[in-house]
Amino acid sequence: MDFTHTDTRRMLADTIERYLRDKYPLAPRVEAGNAAPGFQPAHYEGLAELGVIAALFPEDQGGFGGEGFDIAVVFEELGKRLVNEPALDNALVPGPILAAAGKMDAVEEIIAGSARYALAAEEPQAFYDLTEVETKAVKSGDGYALSGTKSVVKYASGCAGFIVSARTDAGISLFLVAPDAIELREYNTVDGGQACEITLDGAPGEMLVEDGASALDAASGRAIVALSAEALGIMATIREMTIDYLRQRKQFGVPIGKFQALQHRMAEMLLEIEQARSAVINAAAALEKPQPERDRVLAATKYSIGRIGRLVAEESIQMHGGIGMTWEFDLGHFAKRLILIDHEWGDQDFHLARFINASRAA
Amino acid sequence: MDLNFTPEEQDFRTEVRNWLADNLPEDLATKTRNDAPLTKDDMVRWQVILNDKGWLTYGWPTEFGGAGWGPVKQFIFEDEMARACAPRILPFGLKMLAPVLMKFGSKEQQDHYLPRMCDGTDWWCQGYSEPGAGSDLASLKTAAVRSGDHYVVNGQKTWTTLGQYADWIFCLVRTSKEGKPQEGISFLLIDMKSPGIEVRPIRTIDGGHEVNEVFFTDVKVPAENLVGEENKGWTYAKYLLTHERTNIAGVGKSNQELDRLKALARSQKRGGKPLSEDPLFAARMARVEIDLMNMEITNLRVLAEAEAGGVPGPESSMLKILGTEIEQELTDLTRRALGRSATALTPEVDEPGYNGPHVAPEGFNNATGVYFNHRKTTIYGGSNEIQKNIITKMITGL
Repeated sequence: MDFTHTDTRRMLADTIERYLRDKYPLAPRVEAGNAAPGFQPAHYEGLAELGVIAALFPEDQGGFGGEGFDIAVVFEELGKRLVNEPALDNALVPGPILAAAGKMDAVEEIIAGSARYALAAEEPQAFYDLTEVETKAVKSGDGYALSGTKSVVKYASGCAGFIVSARTDAGISLFLVAPDAIELREYNTVDGGQACEITLDGAPGEMLVEDGASALDAASGRAIVALSAEALGIMATIREMTIDYLRQRKQFGVPIGKFQALQHRMAEMLLEIEQARSAVINAAAALEKPQPERDRVLAATKYSIGRIGRLVAEESIQMHGGIGMTWEFDLGHFAKRLILIDHEWGDQDFHLARFINASRAA
Repeated sequence: MDLNFTPEEQDFRTEVRNWLADNLPEDLATKTRNDAPLTKDDMVRWQVILNDKGWLTYGWPTEFGGAGWGPVKQFIFEDEMARACAPRILPFGLKMLAPVLMKFGSKEQQDHYLPRMCDGTDWWCQGYSEPGAGSDLASLKTAAVRSGDHYVVNGQKTWTTLGQYADWIFCLVRTSKEGKPQEGISFLLIDMKSPGIEVRPIRTIDGGHEVNEVFFTDVKVPAENLVGEENKGWTYAKYLLTHERTNIAGVGKSNQELDRLKALARSQKRGGKPLSEDPLFAARMARVEIDLMNMEITNLRVLAEAEAGGVPGPESSMLKILGTEIEQELTDLTRRALGRSATALTPEVDEPGYNGPHVAPEGFNNATGVYFNHRKTTIYGGSNEIQKNIITKMITGL
């Protein structure tokens, strides 16, 4: 049993931390997150140069990591500084799918930060279930023609290509679609970022992966580890901000942290954050485990992050009082991202049901 | 990171598991599994078996005849004991008093008391709480006045667990009213057969008798029964409490309870289907199972730190809160899983010679009693509110 990271991962975390501390203040991030393209491309390239993206890929795909704990280390650091660069949506998720299809040039560009791809898998009626697919792909000449709608595709504008899930005779398959064949409707998200609704009307697609359901499941596992670690990083920052506030803010002549009502809320939050950390460790270690254990642990983790994330967001705002409600004060931006993480890749109820099913199969 | 135990630790687990399979008496395992009350004989019998193996004093250093295991091995041992439904080892002598005697007691006290608590000669109970001093332990009033070569003790202790069986009680007593309340407390060993001691049972809401009141009226205690120095008892008491917390989360016990609950939920029916397939009930079970999964890792993280020489600070308070809340939730779900049959008051059903009606499934006749009994866990050992005070105080410094 050893709960310390390897030296390489610790150095990676330090490198990211230093870069972000020196170059990534919150105010421009918030501003960028509320305009197009929803992030700061210079920082995305900067992070790629540091090897942040390469750390998310195994050596045979051109990276130097790719394991659960590599993903966790990177995203925890990004979470601490509330980074909204599309490392998850445009690299971690699409990269391995392209690699599985042999598109190694695209993977190389992704790792270098010079091209971005997006997965368009969720549909308006799907409610987190990526096997709820109505988009259809029909044979057309050498390739396929895709028709349907996809919702909340994050950081889609400016992407070099889209990986679109669609029904075929074989089931659900994944296709590569060029951006000019797709109609995008862009909008900003509550947590500061950008997403698109997508319409495909006979868009030409190239088959990437025939067994799309398995590929989506694998992608979902990586995304859950990343998002959960990001949430943990956010919680770590909120924890520090709230402790500082309890020490500094005075009411009735004493620091508010002297009041037992707040102490007990804080204690609850602190111990739940430790539980969240345990959940992330569990998920990172389980990513390569066989089914149904892998599913069970990933579902347990995303459920835990959803439940605890909401607690930490709500309690920290409450403890900060009015100031916690303001746009100007940093806390609220962290809280918003924490809440929205529950809406990505399945919320706590979705994963509780998934946990129950996986437990039954165990 | 590596979440696995080392091969050596895994071998050790197998050794413990196999030994328990061969040596744990079936009747004791059944009673423990069914939460039936254990008699004094039951507990002493198991203690003697463990002592013969050399595993009773598993937490003690080798110089005092212990196994000298580190925190991880102790955890594995306790985990396997809980999974096998072995009766718990009473902590009062072996885990609470013994470390205090080893660190602060005289050579004579160590030589006399330590062997006797191992072979079952002395049954120890704890005299900390008083009617006016629960979580605010320092406000205790039981007075010990020095008179020649002995102390005269007057006062009352309460919540004395299994004191009805005890030969000895270790007490915190007030020897001075000067200074802060913590400064006038001493640590005294008192023979329960001394004239002037009266033990009165406290019947708890589940109908059981586990705790007692102990009254002291002019009880003469030889001065050599003082541990360490007069008025320094608070230091020893705090030291004792740090030793109470090696496996405070009770992961093994809760895992065993969860398995038992799942089996029950599969056999119970609601609407013609197993209760385990009822979405609401399945969700309740899944939530507590996930919390328990997370707590197991949290506990191992604390353990890894302890193994590396770290002293648990707020973490042990966190584990106490998490562990007791999960334990309570499990007893609540077990009660619910029984439906209407949880209402029957038939705790004696599992005892020999019972001839009355059987209402609940075998082994679950006292489930509601167990549920009520477990309300204590968030109260004792420093209530969970006190633990929350400790956590924030240690982390915010306020």
